[in-house]
Amino acid sequence: MRTLSSLTPGECGIVESIAHKSKIKRRLLDLGIIPGTKVLCVLKSPLGDPTAYFVRGALIALRCSDSRDIIIR
Amino acid sequence: MGLTKASTGVGAQDTFSKEIKKADITVALMGNPNVGKSTLFNHITGMHQHTGNWPGKTVTGAVGSCTYNEKNIAFVDLPGCYSLFSHSPEEEVACDFIKNKNPDVTVVVCDATCLERNLILVLQTLTLTANVIVCVNLIDEAKKKGICVDEKKLSEELNVPVIKTTARSGKGVNKLLGVIVENEFQREKSQVTDIEKIVELAESITKTSITLKNDNYMIKDQKIDRLLTGKLSVPTMLLLLLGVFWLTITGANAVSSVLSEFLFKTEDLLYSFLSFINCGQFLKDMLTLGGYRMLIWVVSVMLPPMAIFFPLFTLLEDSGYLPRVAFNLDRCFSSCGACGKQALTMCMGLGCNAAGVIGARIIQSKRERLIAIITNSLIPCNGRFPALISIITVFIAGASGVFIKGVLPSVVLTVVIFLSVAMTLLASKFLSKTLLSGEVSSFVLELPPYRCPQIGKVIVRSVFDRTLFVLGRAVVSAIPAGLILWVMANVSIDGVTLITIFSRALDPLGKIMGLDGIILMAFILGFPANETVIPIMIMGYLSSNVLSDSVTFLQIKDLLIQNGWDMVTAVNCIIFFLFHWPCATTLLTIYKETKSAKWTAVSLLLPTIIGFLMCVSINLIF
Repeated sequence: MRTLSSLTPGECGIVESIAHKSKIKRRLLDLGIIPGTKVLCVLKSPLGDPTAYFVRGALIALRCSDSRDIIIR
Repeated sequence: MGLTKASTGVGAQDTFSKEIKKADITVALMGNPNVGKSTLFNHITGMHQHTGNWPGKTVTGAVGSCTYNEKNIAFVDLPGCYSLFSHSPEEEVACDFIKNKNPDVTVVVCDATCLERNLILVLQTLTLTANVIVCVNLIDEAKKKGICVDEKKLSEELNVPVIKTTARSGKGVNKLLGVIVENEFQREKSQVTDIEKIVELAESITKTSITLKNDNYMIKDQKIDRLLTGKLSVPTMLLLLLGVFWLTITGANAVSSVLSEFLFKTEDLLYSFLSFINCGQFLKDMLTLGGYRMLIWVVSVMLPPMAIFFPLFTLLEDSGYLPRVAFNLDRCFSSCGACGKQALTMCMGLGCNAAGVIGARIIQSKRERLIAIITNSLIPCNGRFPALISIITVFIAGASGVFIKGVLPSVVLTVVIFLSVAMTLLASKFLSKTLLSGEVSSFVLELPPYRCPQIGKVIVRSVFDRTLFVLGRAVVSAIPAGLILWVMANVSIDGVTLITIFSRALDPLGKIMGLDGIILMAFILGFPANETVIPIMIMGYLSSNVLSDSVTFLQIKDLLIQNGWDMVTAVNCIIFFLFHWPCATTLLTIYKETKSAKWTAVSLLLPTIIGFLMCVSINLIF
């Protein structure tokens, strides 16, 4: 079971589901990150965390502790 | 967020209902953050606007008006938000306004380069009201990226008017106003409320209305980002910081002396006027040499750096670079229990600590916002720069005998800032382990596309805005401080002035800290505004009973050495300048933002204790 946090810059993934325990589930849905959404990993911060993803035309940065809750295929 | 007078002043708590009642048509302006909503608002309302807080919330809003076709239209600039149903303060304000205040028209401003995501908000809005106009902004940016928006198709799909605009240049704005005034809405409210269905609908509408000439339009921005958050991240941040400092310091120096010369001439005018109306000698001297002179000092020292720093900061903000700084530094902050956005509030604090405190609103978590607010005064503001620079140049340049105008002070100032940042991180860690312990919050940060800021407009607006703020603060804080100071310097008990009594009483405490009574007294009396600390110090050493009428600091080296200053004193003075209680405006702002006497007290004590302990330690070691 791959999570969003496992993507490296340049890699793509499609969202399968968002874990219920995620603290930002509502926020992610509002940003258009729903099951079936294509996500491209673009940037990793110089210190390793957070990571920026290209989603529905926008660049969104998420911390590892949160992107771990997003399951992808 | 923006560093504006309303966001940093001891500002107006307004209800917007007066303006709305007068208008023929009320328009609510909504949109995601960074879509150019403010630009559109400013373009339409020009100078006919005012900002303030939403009642009961610490969320800034604005109301403005314009006239079109003889109709008076009131525009309410709602806070930028991603959704209407997510319970953040901004979203609650926006949702509440549309549901309960029933604006005649709601304009949802969208970013043409990111339409799909923006449509989510449009579709949510349509569930609350049918009177919606979609304004697709940033068309010029879309053209550059080869993105074509078919507004007719979009309008068909959404069943509402769609207008394309480029708010920067004003293109399409008149058409928008025309539609606002003349359109008859024929739609019902939307029944689609489930977020996943809304997102899917947004996706399908976008597929029919947008054509991309170039599927890889975002590659250029991403290449730049890879550099600025990769190998070049640290050099870029350093260079920008140095650059901003250098411009601020050099520009301020040039303007300060001219400004003070001019203002001191007006002091003579005031004196003559008071003599003319037969004002008593004591009162005349107190008003002119006390209050007015302090006002002149504060304005000529404080205004130039602020009038340069704030526009520069706004340009950086508008260009889209600042979120990258938060992105780069988030790891440091989250490991100290804080939030990466604190990096941004610290940057604002460099301009004005009160601005940084208000800027902390961008941090969602209450705990982390408090940490950002309390530690904000550990960063020196524009008011402290001249003092830091003068002590540094007098004691360091003096020692080496070389004075490289502008560069050396910028470099040393940067080093000093690093010390502040390190202390901020330490203090944040301390707070999150003790008083403000809790979980590290979640963090979602959008990195907007890079855009070229409208340099001319930003500079004019920011300088004008900043000047008003400085003048306002100078009048409120500096004049009373000047009056009190004058009284203390000119009223004697048993032949000894109050100032001397006061500074002698503080002397033992000062000596423990490696300072002296006069320095401590200057800090205490400089509470209203940090820029007055050095002038008061000079006044104390000269045993004069007026502030000197000179702004140059180089002459003070001999004065300081004569009064027992050595390198330890200079270093401790710098340390105490960095770490002491916040100024009056900042403290007041902290109280307004936190509504808590407890946290205001912590904000007062924390930097002071840090400064005290550091000074005592350095004094003991050396």
